[in-house]
Amino acid sequence: MPDILDPFQPGGSAVHRLDARVKLVLALAGILAIAALPTGAWPVFTFLLFGIWALAVLSEVGVLFVLRRSLIAVPFALAALPLLFVTDGPSLTSFQLGRWTLTLTATGLERFLSIAAKSWLSVQIAVLLTSTTQFTDLLVAMRAIRVPRLLVVIFSLMWRYLFLFVHEATRLRIARDARSAEVSANSGGTLAWRAKVTGGMVGNLFLRGYERSERVYHAMLARGYDGEIRVLEAAPLSARERWILALGIALLGGLFFVSLLFA
Amino acid sequence: MLVNVVDSLVSSLARETSPVVPDGAVQPMHIPDGFLSAPVAIVFWLISAVVVGYALVRVNRDLDERRVPLLAVLAAMIFAGQMLNFSVTGGTSGHLLGATLAAILLGPWAAVVVMTSVVSVQALVFQDGGLLALGANLFNMAIVGVFVGYGIYRLLVYLFRGKRWTVPVAGFVAAWVSIVVASLSCALQLAVSGASPANIAVPAMASIHALIGIGEGLITAGALVFVMAARPDLVAQEPEATLRQKALWIGGVLIALVLAVLSPLASAHPDGLEWVAERQGFLDFAREPLYNIIPDYVFPGVSNEALATIVAGIVGVLLVLGIAWAVSRGARRRAAHG
Repeated sequence: MPDILDPFQPGGSAVHRLDARVKLVLALAGILAIAALPTGAWPVFTFLLFGIWALAVLSEVGVLFVLRRSLIAVPFALAALPLLFVTDGPSLTSFQLGRWTLTLTATGLERFLSIAAKSWLSVQIAVLLTSTTQFTDLLVAMRAIRVPRLLVVIFSLMWRYLFLFVHEATRLRIARDARSAEVSANSGGTLAWRAKVTGGMVGNLFLRGYERSERVYHAMLARGYDGEIRVLEAAPLSARERWILALGIALLGGLFFVSLLFA
Repeated sequence: MLVNVVDSLVSSLARETSPVVPDGAVQPMHIPDGFLSAPVAIVFWLISAVVVGYALVRVNRDLDERRVPLLAVLAAMIFAGQMLNFSVTGGTSGHLLGATLAAILLGPWAAVVVMTSVVSVQALVFQDGGLLALGANLFNMAIVGVFVGYGIYRLLVYLFRGKRWTVPVAGFVAAWVSIVVASLSCALQLAVSGASPANIAVPAMASIHALIGIGEGLITAGALVFVMAARPDLVAQEPEATLRQKALWIGGVLIALVLAVLSPLASAHPDGLEWVAERQGFLDFAREPLYNIIPDYVFPGVSNEALATIVAGIVGVLLVLGIAWAVSRGARRRAAHG
């Protein structure tokens, strides 16, 4: 049952059909390669950007969708902003801010933009992965790369109840807003009171979760659960999928060495 | 003032792009990919893998077969609980991370597994935090956040046992300390990666999270009051019996102390960290011949002091935990024989 919050975009493209194990490993390798790229390897960054966009078009998810979702990492760029002014290097411009003089350096600008570019590329790869791969297939892929079985089983059961609880939390919030006419900062009780109400909602959600987990457990028992989770082993990768995996990793490795030339 | 403007800007952006980020919420603790250098990301992946792996072993042993539904459903609950918020001022809001609450209600190892599930699904599905950065994010939120919260809570409950206000007050303080210490760990990771200078990242992260931590603390205390009223059996107040359990909370308090001492040090000597960052983080890859840099890449953290200090701090805490565990195991065995 697809949920409005599930980022998976159904489709039948070649990217959708590619085995989740191949996609997960390539996405992780891509993000690792991007992290290892030197500062200012702009031609490689650009190549990767167009590569990701080409995949977005090929997967019929669309470049716009990927761009919109990729904005989530933008606010964090603030953390790297001080680099602009504290890095030694040729000065570009300087200005007064209160009693401080901030000097923008070329080296600082290059470092900041490189971090922002790496972050943006990485998040687009992750968006592409989750918008073309069902979470259940990702779970199989996680098993294949040796994520502990208990953890994968917990992820899979968590996924079943995730949206249920998200909607439950939303209902709690709507109920509170309805009762208190959407209390804002300037009305409706003290800060401590508002916090206590929210704390009560979280406690309420916890108890619902705790009691639901007992019901889920009994339902599992009734269906023969004995504490052991059995999963079907995934079929081995086909020759074609193995080629795609090998070529993808070779391409990323090649890009990394090419990037050393530009640095 | 400036924090307010930045806050509302950040939160409106986050709301635009993610359906699961609550209104007015700022979550500057989920590091996206691109900010951590490859060696830092890999080191924290290894640390987190070991600790989470051990937590899974413990959970497997300590909880009965209802562990899978219990942990999975409560992970979904914490994920959803992070969306509940209350308005503070000017469009900003208080909300929950949940590490301390989970640690208090479920015990530290189960809480590590629950928070690991929450943080992993946020990264995997909703891009809230990076995939390569997931190791570091797990370390901050599922390990440091849980153990510090648990340690401080247990310490306070032990010191002020038996009073009516003990549980909510201890919960508030523990949640606040847990958030601030986790943010220090996050700031240090950014500084060592060369993504943010330590003398700015540490005070900035600490002060933002000193505010965010108040929201976390108030919600945690409120939730504990509610659970105590409805199901008092779930909030255990009596002090731990075994030495091993005590070792756990002492370990949590120690992590808090180490990070609290380490980060002002790093902040006061940003040049040292900066230098590490430049060598570690490939920032100066360009300016050095390849054969010169490869040994650094293969053995990160061996050749420089500042990183060695941090690694030593972490290793020290893990060692203390390990020794305490071994001692308590020995003590328990003797007790069993005698």
